[in-house]
Amino acid sequence: MQRRAANAARQQERNQMLKDKRSAEIEQILAKYPPERKRSAVMPLLYMVQEEYGYCTDDGMREVAEICGIDPTEVKSVAGFYSMYYKHPVGKQVIEVCDDLPCVLRGADKFVDYAEKKLGIKAGETTPDGKITLTTVMCLAACDRAPMCQVNLAYHYDLTPEKFDQLVDELKKQDE
Amino acid sequence: MTTPMEKHVLLRDEDVPNIRDLAVYRANEGYAAWQKAVTTMKGEEVIGVVKDSGLRGRGGAGFPAGLKWSFIPKDINPKYVTVNCDESEPGTFKDHQLIRSNPHQVIEGTALCCYAIGARVAYIYCRGEFKEPAQNLQKAIDDAYAAGLLGKNLFGTDYSLDVYVHLGAGAYICGEESALIESLEGKIGQPRLKPPFPAVSGLYNKPTVINNVETLANVPGIVLNGSAWYRQWGTEKSPGVKIFSVSGHVKNPDNYELPLGKYSIQDLLEMAGGSSTGLPIKAVLPAGSSSPIIPAANFHAKLDYESMGTIGSVLGSCSWIFMDESVDMVWAARKMIRFFKHESCGKCTPCREGTHWALKLYDKMLSGEATMDDVALIGDVNKQISGKCFCPLGEFSTSSMTFTLKHFRKDYEDFIAEKKGGSAAYLREIERDHHLHDLHAQAKAHG
Repeated sequence: MQRRAANAARQQERNQMLKDKRSAEIEQILAKYPPERKRSAVMPLLYMVQEEYGYCTDDGMREVAEICGIDPTEVKSVAGFYSMYYKHPVGKQVIEVCDDLPCVLRGADKFVDYAEKKLGIKAGETTPDGKITLTTVMCLAACDRAPMCQVNLAYHYDLTPEKFDQLVDELKKQDE
Repeated sequence: MTTPMEKHVLLRDEDVPNIRDLAVYRANEGYAAWQKAVTTMKGEEVIGVVKDSGLRGRGGAGFPAGLKWSFIPKDINPKYVTVNCDESEPGTFKDHQLIRSNPHQVIEGTALCCYAIGARVAYIYCRGEFKEPAQNLQKAIDDAYAAGLLGKNLFGTDYSLDVYVHLGAGAYICGEESALIESLEGKIGQPRLKPPFPAVSGLYNKPTVINNVETLANVPGIVLNGSAWYRQWGTEKSPGVKIFSVSGHVKNPDNYELPLGKYSIQDLLEMAGGSSTGLPIKAVLPAGSSSPIIPAANFHAKLDYESMGTIGSVLGSCSWIFMDESVDMVWAARKMIRFFKHESCGKCTPCREGTHWALKLYDKMLSGEATMDDVALIGDVNKQISGKCFCPLGEFSTSSMTFTLKHFRKDYEDFIAEKKGGSAAYLREIERDHHLHDLHAQAKAHG
């Protein structure tokens, strides 16, 4: 019994991380939706989990469930459905290169070749130091400026090998 | 950029520097329509003028906006407006420019739609990848609140309005209106069975209007200047202006705002500087991956809803992807099928399984292992999908196969006969996709 109580207490403690650190923001998010529709806050709160934990951890998702008053499995299904929620640890910097049709017509495939070579990893992988993840993604609505990518969702346009070298140098510096 | 519009209606950032700032927007008639509506018009009058303007939905379906608004029942409250800024169709980047460079016009159009139907809350649903432009939009909303243009008791009346931004998280299907609503309710983005339509039972099961960003950006001008003003552009059935996102093998890929029905596909190609590679243009996709491909022989067609229909295609969202003669349509079709397979929400079997098997067939072709029997099988897979899906996504996925086969069958025949499959480039492309797929599958299994 005692052990179960201790476990529950520990659980409670673990599940408070978002509330402890960002309660004002949580209130702001919840205020956007009708009081009986807290579930609408699942998606913005999952982004918060990702910012705090690096990816959608079980603990984080449990806390979101608690805040929204729904089952943790429901939160998990949402996290699983949408491609922008990471289900596993990723690099501190995530480089997403669009390799959909319009971008490839403007050289995005060769650009991905170069990026893979430069970083020494394949698309979908993270550098061994855990700093940079490179991945290809579907259309990012910037087809006129291809090849293009997002780094942690910030847009970078009209990429060339030189520009990419510069970008990677900057990312490495930011991390130091 | 050479564009025949003397003064833009939508892409006004190209005429007025910094129109993204509230002060500049207001100095250029910004929020004048909003004030006019709230202080001098009834909701029905706003619906009336939008109806008369003939404005059609710019997200792709082309449904008359004013008519959509008039379906909202008066006696059920609350009502909602949700703005579709989930822009994810490969080749489309117009809403991106609008919320980044002319956000107040989108907000004003949204507000006018709310007032027209009697809604007091609007959600602008932006795709998650628009975090950066959505911050820009949020700042514009904050500025509008601070200036008393949004919020409580507007212009001294008892009308109040709140506008919120909601970010998606990477799912093309959320551009489908009922999936967007599900997503906004905090669920996985799978479409709902219709009827009931959102006008009756939408967000939180309340009457809801869902309009595309570009559609709403047209509304301030219409309310301020009247329907006849809007009808100075376009044709009887396709009035007004439209943004054309032009990409692919052209010298100047960009957004071009044009009056509907005046110019041809060839004109659009020339406005965009013509072929960027020196090779002649072979074909164009007029509305991204979802649309029936148009061979160059049909480039005489005018750019409006009806004319595009006469050449067996659609105007849709106007994402014009031009492709030169170097493009093999077997490869292009695989790229498009890959997109739909990735984005299928999994709700209905014909789409989920159909796109899966279709991609397998194209992978087989690109790997050099296919025969003409496999080409015939494409038609069979198509038949299993077409007309059997829960929502338009599945239907769209067949376009890339059906119409590349219809117009460029020779590409398929040559591909098999000349053993074009199995080249290093094709193999690398397939391997890259499979590697990524495997990594995701592993992550899910461990998650």
